[in-house]
Amino acid sequence: MDMRTRQGSNTEHPIIELCDADQPLIAAIQRGLPLTSRPYNTIAEQIGWSEEAVIQRIEALQQGGIIKRLGVIVRHRELGYRANAMVVWDVPDNEVAELGRCLSGFEFVTLCYRRPRHLPQWSYNLFCMIHGRDREAVMDKFNLMIESCGLEDIPKAVLFSRRRFKQRGALYRPSPTTQTGESSR
Amino acid sequence: MLDTLDRAIINELQGGFPICESPYAVVAEQLGTSEGELISRLQRLLDEKILSRFGPMYHAERLGGGLTLAAMAIPDEQFDAVADQVNAFPEVAHNYAREHELNMWFVLATETPQRIDEVIREIEATTGFNVINMPKEEEFFIGLRFEA
Repeated sequence: MDMRTRQGSNTEHPIIELCDADQPLIAAIQRGLPLTSRPYNTIAEQIGWSEEAVIQRIEALQQGGIIKRLGVIVRHRELGYRANAMVVWDVPDNEVAELGRCLSGFEFVTLCYRRPRHLPQWSYNLFCMIHGRDREAVMDKFNLMIESCGLEDIPKAVLFSRRRFKQRGALYRPSPTTQTGESSR
Repeated sequence: MLDTLDRAIINELQGGFPICESPYAVVAEQLGTSEGELISRLQRLLDEKILSRFGPMYHAERLGGGLTLAAMAIPDEQFDAVADQVNAFPEVAHNYAREHELNMWFVLATETPQRIDEVIREIEATTGFNVINMPKEEEFFIGLRFEA
């Protein structure tokens, strides 16, 4: 089935503190790793470190959870995941943790967060993202979540996306920008 | 179109990337291809915008930055104009139109946590519409993985 065991939010990382000396490294890789045979050496040359120092520090930043992972970020629409929905639930506060764990156990749930309500305009406090090949596939997954986690009586809404205006990685450090404004359906 | 090797590369590299002197060679060997072929395919997947990025996913808060989800209710006839105004802010990481009275949903990523409130006020001043801030209070899972 679609259930998989996954780690929740309480993954423990060794304590690691960012220091000022990390800033050039953080900035140098935030837009991407160089596509060179020795990418960490390319970074090292850019920021005046040794290759070994770059490798060790990136390793430490990843082990410490400051870098969640290295790798590719896909544009899901281009991979054929044409429907994405933000599925939201109005869950009693004392049941959020339990239901959050239940919902985040589905392999197709890519994000699951508790967020504040904004009454009266917005009454939902648990948010999940689901992606699927089409809307029907997303709705099938939605119905499976309701059945499996016993959410029949919980107020809920499915907010399909109509249009994506912008998708790029977050930038946290100033760097020369090439704006990636876009619009796609 | 993506062929079998493209898909294998995308699936493999959503799970991580080696931190060693010749990481592309390591991944290439696992996938049964050459280092040069892997690098040129990654370049093409980025150029063709199948991949939005190849690099680190930072933990915003641990990095000292701010991250939040925000929503606005915009009348249909003004939607595109307001979307242009909102997307012009470099702090807006992505923005989706969604089917709800709150119909514009975007993620803000800022260099400092305090900057989130400033940007929200700037967006409200620029657009003339209220912004609802919905920062995460608890995270149950994060990680985006799409089978290619």
